[in-house]
Amino acid sequence: MEKQLLDKSVIESGEMVLNMGPQHPSTHGVLRLKIHTDGEIVSKIEPIIGYLHRCFEKHCESLPYEQIVPFTDRCDYLASMHMDHAFSITVEKLMDIELPARVEYIRVIVAELQRIASHLIAVGTFGLDVGAITPFTWTLRDRERILDLFETLCGARLLYNYIWPGGLSHDLPPLFIEHTKEFINYFEPKISELNQVLTTNKIFIERSADVGVLPGDVAINYGVTGPSLRGSGINFDLRKNEPYSIYEKFDFEIPVGKGDMGTVGDCWDRYNVRVLEMQESINILRQACSQIPDGDVHEALPKKIRPKIGEVYGRYESARGDVGFYIISNGKNIPLRVKMRSPAFCNLSVLNEISEGWMISDIIANLGSLDIVLGEIDR
Amino acid sequence: MTFREIQKHIESKIKGIISVEDGKDVIFVPPLNWNEIAQLLKNDVDLDFDYLMCISSYDKRDNKIYGAAYNFYSTLKGHYLEVRIEVDDELSIPSIVSLWKAADWHEREAYDMMGLQFDGHPDLKRILLSEDWDGYPLRKNYKEPDYYHGMPVPKDKSYWE
Amino acid sequence: MISTVDSLLDAFSYLKIPSETLLTIIIVTSGIIIFTIMAVNTLFAVYFERKVSAFMQDRLGPMEVGIFGFKGGKKFWGGIGQIIADGIKLLTKEDILPNNADKVLMILAPFIIFSGALLTFIGIPLSQNLVVSDFNIGIFYIISMSSVGVIGIILAGWSSNNKWSLYGSMRAAAQIISYEIPIALSLLLVVLVVGSLHLGEIVQWQADNRWFILHSPFSFLAFFIYYISTVAETNRTPFDIPEAESELVAGWMTEYSGFRWSLFFLSEYANILIVSIVASIVFLGGWLSPLHIINVFPESWQLLDGPVLGLFWLFFKAVLLIFVMMWFRWTFPRLRVDQLMYLCWKVFIPFALANLFFVSLWELILK
Repeated sequence: MEKQLLDKSVIESGEMVLNMGPQHPSTHGVLRLKIHTDGEIVSKIEPIIGYLHRCFEKHCESLPYEQIVPFTDRCDYLASMHMDHAFSITVEKLMDIELPARVEYIRVIVAELQRIASHLIAVGTFGLDVGAITPFTWTLRDRERILDLFETLCGARLLYNYIWPGGLSHDLPPLFIEHTKEFINYFEPKISELNQVLTTNKIFIERSADVGVLPGDVAINYGVTGPSLRGSGINFDLRKNEPYSIYEKFDFEIPVGKGDMGTVGDCWDRYNVRVLEMQESINILRQACSQIPDGDVHEALPKKIRPKIGEVYGRYESARGDVGFYIISNGKNIPLRVKMRSPAFCNLSVLNEISEGWMISDIIANLGSLDIVLGEIDR
Repeated sequence: MTFREIQKHIESKIKGIISVEDGKDVIFVPPLNWNEIAQLLKNDVDLDFDYLMCISSYDKRDNKIYGAAYNFYSTLKGHYLEVRIEVDDELSIPSIVSLWKAADWHEREAYDMMGLQFDGHPDLKRILLSEDWDGYPLRKNYKEPDYYHGMPVPKDKSYWE
Repeated sequence: MISTVDSLLDAFSYLKIPSETLLTIIIVTSGIIIFTIMAVNTLFAVYFERKVSAFMQDRLGPMEVGIFGFKGGKKFWGGIGQIIADGIKLLTKEDILPNNADKVLMILAPFIIFSGALLTFIGIPLSQNLVVSDFNIGIFYIISMSSVGVIGIILAGWSSNNKWSLYGSMRAAAQIISYEIPIALSLLLVVLVVGSLHLGEIVQWQADNRWFILHSPFSFLAFFIYYISTVAETNRTPFDIPEAESELVAGWMTEYSGFRWSLFFLSEYANILIVSIVASIVFLGGWLSPLHIINVFPESWQLLDGPVLGLFWLFFKAVLLIFVMMWFRWTFPRLRVDQLMYLCWKVFIPFALANLFFVSLWELILK
């Protein structure tokens, strides 16, 4: 009697392809991840994006420059002031506009407040992904105060259309600086509260230290910037390396990941850099609020934005990294081509590299620590 | 290093390939020599461009010439360079994925939106649009399609406008 | 201890009904009462959890829904009618059975988990002489019946025909089965000292000596090992990896809706109640009042004991332990699967075994 051996391919366990679909509680937007796993260990991740593509760049080819600013808001909706600011400084570079000092100070105040608001969400949702639900509600509560400030400023809570090429849309309302100072005094102890609950929590450290290590040179090769790059130990911040606006007048540090709890460049480092950056933003805010001069914010607003023929690449440090706008102008009031270089686009491309060989729970931690916003990636 | 110094340095290493236009701080590279220049930009000790910031594809309305603008920066030396490559519709640009991994997704986007072909890219497929889309939207001669795989695109906007 | 069934049988024996019918009637009534206890526990536990979590997260929780005009608003008992509203909603929701799912197993799974919880309740005494069935292998019975639930979880994950549910149930199976060992070892410590598996005798021992948690430093440690292992056993954060909300949507319960889902919920909260009651009986003195923590007061001062007061004390301690469990849920992030397993096999089990050894030395030397 012949012994029938079972066909090996029938009983061998194979690779499973999981789909973390466009709808998922923790993919930070409509992102699809195709995960090839062997049990719980991941062998390859393929992010599939484009679910939120709204043809921003094609729209820009039929809109005058002033009308593009609301569209840039909607790219990175969690840090809209940064998008407006980035676009405005690019257009101003092309047109060589000289801005009054008051406009620059207000822009810095607003940008730093926006940075704090964006980092609060990043930090809160990272805790939420890892399982700690309470710090998320606390960070949102603090972010509400910032949104209230912005509401008194320009009437909107999320998509501001405030920073225009050449100036601002409105001047500061009365008592804005006092309210900002109140907010700074309210918020500083909250950072240490957050540290107690989340940053130094043993279980949180177990989940995020030594997980998703991104070496510095690999990060630069992939084009990663912002807190994700600084978490890997590279001291690169556009506000210090290539200063724009009036950042040279302020005295602040750039927090860099040092591998306090594990290896340099792990999720904990990227998270910690964001917490420390919030503290630095408060320092900048204090200085800006005390130094702000008077003036007219509508002084330098051009009647018609008609830049000269040419191309320009403007760079800006937003909450997520290095935003770039590449504008080609042919002398008309409508640009020929606007290309937005979004930081989260490059940050997401590194997900495959850092998640190989780890578990599914670690993918979630990595994704949370990279802090992506799909609106910016898909435009 | 300023733009002039970078340009002189490149010309001293590889002669006669790059060209410059008046008044712009940009280097134009023909597509055939792109690999060589890219390797020089990355590996040369004085240039040391380790950070590819952005690849923007553009269409200058000539209906024939498409281009890609590469923005480089060196985090160690602190200098910046813009390189442009212009091709006709049928030709392709060599891919630099092996040197800068950031180019992977940027080149896919340039292909997706403008239809630029990149030689040697490991997986050149659409990234922002769906896989079965026809046409390249950012081209100036792009017409919005009337049918998408047999389904008519609604042109009667009286319902919502 | 006399079990309730026996006492009821005696009380109604004058009715001249054949004893089998009487027994059946009493058993069915006890079953219904236990089911009511479980259902009421779920309702109040859900409300308690929502309010506790809300106050910890600097918000208010349910505020709007009231009963008979008592709305509450921002007070701590606000929105008390929410429990009834949620109950009615769950009962009237559509029960969806996915097309490719294994229908028989999917319908069967919640009932298995539910029966595990129900059967465990039979052996748990709620006060002196208030137990449905007086097992003299009390603890052994409780531990074994709690393990029946694992089968239900595995069936639920498998039959859902959903890769994510499969992940959840595989993780749950590994987790629950592993954590039963530290539980059993900690309870074994109690049995070793008391010398009996019967829960009534354990409480009697505590009435004669002191609360078990203060018996020796090893029993103190055993309480913590037991408590944390039960948090893992009932799949609560920080061990809720099988139903990790942010990773697996709802883990093995993803495809369930309506009444079947509420059965899962019921069993989860019933399990929490069971383990808290067992912890209070075995380690914290059960239905004895706090005057028995260390027995220094004379017998005549025993005003705070009694059948009804005993019930109150037991529930008081159980609710306190449940509150701490809820506190854990809203404070800590969750552990990863391998870290969870590491904790069980490389930390808890060696400690529990060492505990057993040392407590036997303690007993030998000090007696």
